[in-house]
Amino acid sequence: MQFFFEVLIAGLLSGVMYALVALGFVLIFKASGVFNFAQGAMVFFAALTTVGLKEEFGLSLWLAIPITMVVMVLLGIATERIVLRPLVNQHDITLFMATIGLTFFLEGLAQLIWGSNVRRLDLGIQDVPIEFVMDKTGMLISQFDVIAAIICAILVAALAILFNKTKVGRALRAVADDHQAALSVGIPLQHVWAIVWAVAGFVALVAGLLWGSRNGVQFALTFVALKALPVLILGGFTSVPGAIVGGLIIGASEKLAEVYIGPYVGGGIEGWFPYVLALVFLLVRPEGLFGEKIIRRI
Amino acid sequence: MIYREAGQYKTTYDTDTQIFPIAQDRYAMLAILLIAFIVIPFVATPYIFSAILIPFLIFSLAALGLNILTGYAGQISLGTAAFMAVGAFASYNFMLRVPGMPILLAFILGGICAAMVGIAFGLPSLRIRGFYLAASTLATQFFVVWCLTKVPWFTNNSASGVITAQQIEILGFKFDSPQEKYLLVLGIVCVLALLAKNMVRSTVGRSWMAVRDMDVAAEVIGFRVMKTKLTAFAVSSFYCGIAGALFAYCYVGTVEPEAYNLDLSFRILFMVIIGGLGSILGSFFGAAFIVLLPIVLSMIVHVTGLPNSVTSNVELMVFGGLIIFFLIVEPHGLARLWQIGKEKLRLWPFPH
Amino acid sequence: MKLKFAKAMIVSAVAAATALTGALASAQEQFIPILSYRVGLYASGGSGFFGGAIDYFNLVNANGGINGVKISWEECETEYNATRGVECYERLKKKGGGASLVEPLGTGIAYGILDRLPTDKVPMTTLGYGRSDAANGQVFPYVFPLITSYWNQAAGMIKYLGDKEGGIEKLKGKKIVHLYHDSAYGKEPFPVLEAYEKSIGFQLIKIPVPHPGTEQNSQWLQIRQANPDYVILWGWGVMNAVAIKTAARVGFPREKMLGVWWAGSEEDTIPAGDAAKGYTTMTFNTPGNYPVIDEIRKKVYGAGKGNLSDKDRIGSVYHMRGVTAAMLWIEGIRNAQNKYGKGKVMTGEQIRWGLENINVDEKRQRELGALNMFPTIKTSCQDHEGSGAVKVQVWDGKAWKAVTPNWVTGDRAMVQKMVAESSAKYAAEKKITPACLPG
Repeated sequence: MQFFFEVLIAGLLSGVMYALVALGFVLIFKASGVFNFAQGAMVFFAALTTVGLKEEFGLSLWLAIPITMVVMVLLGIATERIVLRPLVNQHDITLFMATIGLTFFLEGLAQLIWGSNVRRLDLGIQDVPIEFVMDKTGMLISQFDVIAAIICAILVAALAILFNKTKVGRALRAVADDHQAALSVGIPLQHVWAIVWAVAGFVALVAGLLWGSRNGVQFALTFVALKALPVLILGGFTSVPGAIVGGLIIGASEKLAEVYIGPYVGGGIEGWFPYVLALVFLLVRPEGLFGEKIIRRI
Repeated sequence: MIYREAGQYKTTYDTDTQIFPIAQDRYAMLAILLIAFIVIPFVATPYIFSAILIPFLIFSLAALGLNILTGYAGQISLGTAAFMAVGAFASYNFMLRVPGMPILLAFILGGICAAMVGIAFGLPSLRIRGFYLAASTLATQFFVVWCLTKVPWFTNNSASGVITAQQIEILGFKFDSPQEKYLLVLGIVCVLALLAKNMVRSTVGRSWMAVRDMDVAAEVIGFRVMKTKLTAFAVSSFYCGIAGALFAYCYVGTVEPEAYNLDLSFRILFMVIIGGLGSILGSFFGAAFIVLLPIVLSMIVHVTGLPNSVTSNVELMVFGGLIIFFLIVEPHGLARLWQIGKEKLRLWPFPH
Repeated sequence: MKLKFAKAMIVSAVAAATALTGALASAQEQFIPILSYRVGLYASGGSGFFGGAIDYFNLVNANGGINGVKISWEECETEYNATRGVECYERLKKKGGGASLVEPLGTGIAYGILDRLPTDKVPMTTLGYGRSDAANGQVFPYVFPLITSYWNQAAGMIKYLGDKEGGIEKLKGKKIVHLYHDSAYGKEPFPVLEAYEKSIGFQLIKIPVPHPGTEQNSQWLQIRQANPDYVILWGWGVMNAVAIKTAARVGFPREKMLGVWWAGSEEDTIPAGDAAKGYTTMTFNTPGNYPVIDEIRKKVYGAGKGNLSDKDRIGSVYHMRGVTAAMLWIEGIRNAQNKYGKGKVMTGEQIRWGLENINVDEKRQRELGALNMFPTIKTSCQDHEGSGAVKVQVWDGKAWKAVTPNWVTGDRAMVQKMVAESSAKYAAEKKITPACLPG
């Protein structure tokens, strides 16, 4: 039984890490209806820029992070200007494709500037079991994961306040509901999109730092997006809380499935299991758990 | 001036419904086919065959398959490579386990297996739409590759987990050289493209488009949405399956399941979008673009004399940038550019 | 706007055409195509390996070439992608008087060009990867898995673990976890490990990690539950660093982890940080410094011709592998020249013979400035590997150090039997009659 809980908790904590990446997708999809494939590349770009600034220019981490933040905001604004603005009102899939183009561009740019070396990122958080919990219950729970979960919680709270309590948030929600109506009541669509991309850049930075310090800053960071997709479809593309709840469900169930079902079918099912699980959920609720209900009219 | 249709009258229904109603188009198509079948085999170098033309044709076929699903029936799929893998591995096993199996039949059976897998994974599309469906087709991608890696029977218990395509032999004639393989692929692609072109002009194709444009409306006016969507999945997967088999038999020769990875699925999706959704010709344009662009780019950056660590990254950036550029210039793909060009040509040189 | 674009296209097409004609190397040089990857997922390894090979080419040229024949090469970016790799191979195989040999450093690409080699008469080396059964030169005359293969490595691993216990029979009753990348690559050693499991009687637990392996909590919890004596890490790419880190999270001692050689480079341990201290892996290079590396530092990097942008990576695991590979290629070419005419440019067919008759003993290694850098190699038609020996190295937190002073060899007879069986099956499928090619 103790082992079960250990797996469950490890899964939930992994789920938080997935949710962190999924958040960036949600933000952009919510405000602009764009399925931003480049989110993974943004995570990689942000992490690599931070480490690059730290190692190549000898900056301290706490200086490198704000500078990267500025870079990510500029990147967001540039993306809106150069890529999205000319494509307003195009088909969803065209916009999706444009973000794939952006992915290649960012991947090339990141490695052109900083080289292809694998780098280490040390945030000063030890990735070791918390001794207190280990002594009390015999379960191994990583300190790093707990801190990551706290950071994620703060981030979600901040985003919730941004969306629900501020003027910018209202504008964001208005744009999300209906671009044209928002435009006609005088909300500057371009600004709103630029803000959303900048915020998504910030989320990518946080995700990049946490994932990067866990796995090393390397090209494979772009792959964490694959872990975020089932979270996204399960939680709903348009819901911030959905990303968290989806992350927890996906994280916990994939670990439990791998440990308890995996051995019977040869293992390695973590790659597809979350997708199948999300698919089953979708059959019941086609817009995800918390997604906006899709009403279809003729 | 050259491209004028004045004086071409359609006096029968047959002439009205032919694929190329304009005589110039017919001659151009005939010329292209003649060049492809007769001239190219004599003039092209082995490099052109095995590095450009064969992959181009195979990817065109896969893009054509995906275009049926995405462009005509409106269902986005990120699992194309999985269907290709099913086609390849099924063909391999038919060839291996059924003595005297004709290879073309094995390809077709491989395609049918892919079609069945396509129907199974197409079922969710009845309820799920848009990007939700797109992301859940990744389940197909990962599951199929996992399955092929996991069950040793599919690879004939090969220790390395790879399959080696058998010799291609049709009616005693062996297809060994790049030329012969090129002709075989070209023949298959031409037949299937013609079939697809006719399919999309028929009832099936029109029902796909009706469902694509608005499935609720299509249902109201009497289309059976389930049947329509599933036929789209089946036909699309069939094409992809054949493309996958050709990829193994006529292009790489020895394949591991990982060759059909997510990356390949994405490449084929690029081809469809860049080439033009809902256009048979667009699939060919898209494939040409995605196959040729990296080659041309790497040759161009090569002359700059910069170190390779720089050029490789610049290549990738330019590739991404060009995708964005093309989408901005013409969001409906290269096929639309072609169409615009043709419209202009009809009026040339007196556009007013 | 559109016109401008058309113009740009024409200009670029012309540029491409000139590139094609202009880049032809002169026929007096021995041309070696370099199918490298410097972008994408595996760029860090690729840049080290191919950088090492090119550094050695530069060194050979600086020393006057191979009996006066200079080496020329051209790089082509494969992105570790089979389609791109095949295109690169086809593009370069006829250049500069014909490709001498190829080394794609990637399983997918190697398989993609495998069938083309005999027709094109271009030999391919696959250093430390690819089909293990390709060691049989009677069935795979143009493939050279030089030094050692996955099967020999797996045998070497068991041998080493046995030695650690004080004799291979002492492994009886022990538990060994094989934690592998869930792909053809990770499954390659199954036959060897299973054979040992039966003959020695240890318990083998196989746990797959799905690609890319960025998350391994569940696998390591399973490992902790099983509480094995050793964990064999058969990983690739980011999976290795994550495995090491996750081992630390669940408190599994790194000393009891034994990685495959693709899990044994700086690229795998540096991102794992302190967690990697004490982690051991297999290798086919002895870590350290050698006269040849010093010579490269002096003559190549001193002249500003070095290929690595980061000089700290000279002598790193991937760089040294690249140097080793290039050294063996040059030995092959030199052999061919000794037989077919010194100072002449060799054809792929002649180099194939040269690679089949490599004999680098300790004396030759000393001449090359690489004594003990890799095991001694003697290839033949029956044995395209030439050695089968491996070494174990440990990460001390800053650098790799050799653990075993001598080279470790597992049960070679058993592996050779398996190679024979497996290659015979391949030959039957492809209708090949096994035979040695004449010189």
